[in-house]
Amino acid sequence: MNFRKLAAAAALSTAVAAPAFAQQTDITWWHAMGGRLGEVVNEIAADFNASQSDYKLTPVYKGNYEETLTAGIAAFRGGEQPDIMQVFDAGAATIIGAKGAIVPVEDLLKDNGVPFDSNDYISGVRNFYADAAGKMIGMPFNSSTPIMYYNVAALEKAGVTAPKTWEEFQSVTAPALKSAGYIPMAQSHMPWIFTENFFSRHNLPFATNDNGYGDGETKILINNDAIKKHFASMKSWIDDGLFGYYGTGWGDNQAPFERQEVAMWLGSSGSFGGLSQSADFEFSATYLPYWESVTTEPTNTFIGGAALFAMSGKSAEANKATAEFFRFLTSAKTQYFWHKETGYVPITNAAYEMAQADGYYDIKPAAEIGIKQLTLPGGEWTKGYRMGFYVQIRDVMNREYGKLLAGEKSVDDAFATIEEEANKLLARFARTQG
Amino acid sequence: MKRVQFRRPIFPFLLLIPQLAIIAVFFYWPAGEAIRGSFYLEDPFGFSSTYVGMDNYTDTVTGSEYVSVAKFTLGFTAVVAFFSLALALLLAVKADSVLRGAKTYRTLLMWVYAIAPPVAGLFGILLFDQAIGPFTKIAQSIGWDFKLGVNYWDSATAMVIVAVWKQIPINFIFFLAGMQSVPMAVREAALIDDPSGPSRFFHVIFPLLAPTAFFLLIINITYALFDTFGIIDILHKGEPGNNPVTLVYKVYLDGFRGNDLGGSSAQSVILMVLVLILTVVQFRFMERRVHYT
Repeated sequence: MNFRKLAAAAALSTAVAAPAFAQQTDITWWHAMGGRLGEVVNEIAADFNASQSDYKLTPVYKGNYEETLTAGIAAFRGGEQPDIMQVFDAGAATIIGAKGAIVPVEDLLKDNGVPFDSNDYISGVRNFYADAAGKMIGMPFNSSTPIMYYNVAALEKAGVTAPKTWEEFQSVTAPALKSAGYIPMAQSHMPWIFTENFFSRHNLPFATNDNGYGDGETKILINNDAIKKHFASMKSWIDDGLFGYYGTGWGDNQAPFERQEVAMWLGSSGSFGGLSQSADFEFSATYLPYWESVTTEPTNTFIGGAALFAMSGKSAEANKATAEFFRFLTSAKTQYFWHKETGYVPITNAAYEMAQADGYYDIKPAAEIGIKQLTLPGGEWTKGYRMGFYVQIRDVMNREYGKLLAGEKSVDDAFATIEEEANKLLARFARTQG
Repeated sequence: MKRVQFRRPIFPFLLLIPQLAIIAVFFYWPAGEAIRGSFYLEDPFGFSSTYVGMDNYTDTVTGSEYVSVAKFTLGFTAVVAFFSLALALLLAVKADSVLRGAKTYRTLLMWVYAIAPPVAGLFGILLFDQAIGPFTKIAQSIGWDFKLGVNYWDSATAMVIVAVWKQIPINFIFFLAGMQSVPMAVREAALIDDPSGPSRFFHVIFPLLAPTAFFLLIINITYALFDTFGIIDILHKGEPGNNPVTLVYKVYLDGFRGNDLGGSSAQSVILMVLVLILTVVQFRFMERRVHYT
């Protein structure tokens, strides 16, 4: 009888599975990947679990980036921390500063016999979550960088090409797009795109103390003529109808591009996957523009997104399991899968080469822009930044930029306020580390 | 009247213990922790903590934004409390005189009360959406370039409208119940003495409603100060930028989002003190003017 066969098979499989289960090491991974990204995370975890029988990884969605970090901190204080925690770029200083909270990923891998060479990672990714000496502390996971998307038909209609420089945007592209009936441009994240990566793209120092990577007190260098000129220009573009500002929300600025009201949109290379589904028109992407008056040799941008951190206080078996998962995660195959499904860049050279060899970029050239921009020639100030209480510093930026664009504050006053408040926060953070 | 007295005086205290324990664990302990934490600068992970005296308080109060957030909170509270009370009172007066279909009408008005603040915030997002929001379109048709999330005062308007809308039903229920407890004899006597409707309302009915109104005033002030959090969070989509926030929301931003435990503890202690002062003022000065029957 069918039922008996089924029951026997079930009993047998339980008997076989049981001893294996007894030795299995369970680890948990708290992440902030919702929606489609969360599904891909679950697929990666399921693939890892299916690929071997010694370890079982359980991914848990803990809300957005800030919520995940706060949940992780609360759990750590209660001794209930997960094995792996995803922490976003702006929270990096918080978790890396708390030296006893994490096991540096480079140590973890080496101690557990997983080969590690930081040169395997693409250059824009290598240093962001590393310490001053270049030792990798967090494992880059979802890595993206700001790039410029554009509506192909809109640019054709206006008879222009995507601008390489802001000068070109100002004098040629934007007026042409405006007369063609479009709002020429919008952007989704001023602290990330127009501040952090502005400094990186133009190879300008963002903070003292090696952009904050060194030990000791860090001061922000935001009160800088180049960026002030950029925001003064942006304000005048908005006033002249050459730029659209829809508030601080990411989606509020992306939506007009999807509705084809805005012709060009500065977003994340990680937006590619979602945009492919939501935009029913042909779009492409190119590098973030730069000011020719500031530099004639624009440099790479650095990654945004988040990294995975191995939490301390775990057993040797759990650490081994985490190391093995990182080995699986950084394999070219997994990275290529992640890259294709989400649009985040592959973090290793091997995965990038695999995607090239597979002809992926021949079909979707826009998907390569992010990684190409990350691997542009770098400079002294292009590896990233490390600043504490940075979430609040970003909030201050957003607030002051909003006032500046609304005309409530002059450019000089807004930047002076950001500088003053950010330095106050940095000094406070330094004292928490004392 | 004979006083009920327990024979053993310990017994009533035993009965009180569960209640006192709950208050101690869930109210006094956290409050004590907040007061203690407000004097320290602490690493979020709890590795090091430095005693900094009053620095958290001075940093908070001297921050360029704190005073304007405090001012906005006061204005917001006053406007929300006023409009939710006034509109609810108006609706209650009208509902009181409805004869046909009164129950249906009242039920419909009360429905909104069952909506959770974040859901109310979501309605707000839909109503005030920059592209498809009906309110945005209406505003634009009268020449008001309404932009939620971009313009400070437009965002404030949206916050007030959603907060008031959410609070009207509970005020309405209390006002209606209060009015229906005004004795018929009083109403009839007033009708003979004073034929003017509004004047009768302000001289007779409203004074009798004063205890209800006073109670509701307190409820509404605490609502606007604290319970509007969900509405604000959803309307700002978690990224306040240059939009107005209340003091409570700022505690969340600095403490929960920014992991600045010392600073946000100091802010919550300031809030505790404010609420304490508010309560004392209300009960010592305003309650004297209220006439309880």
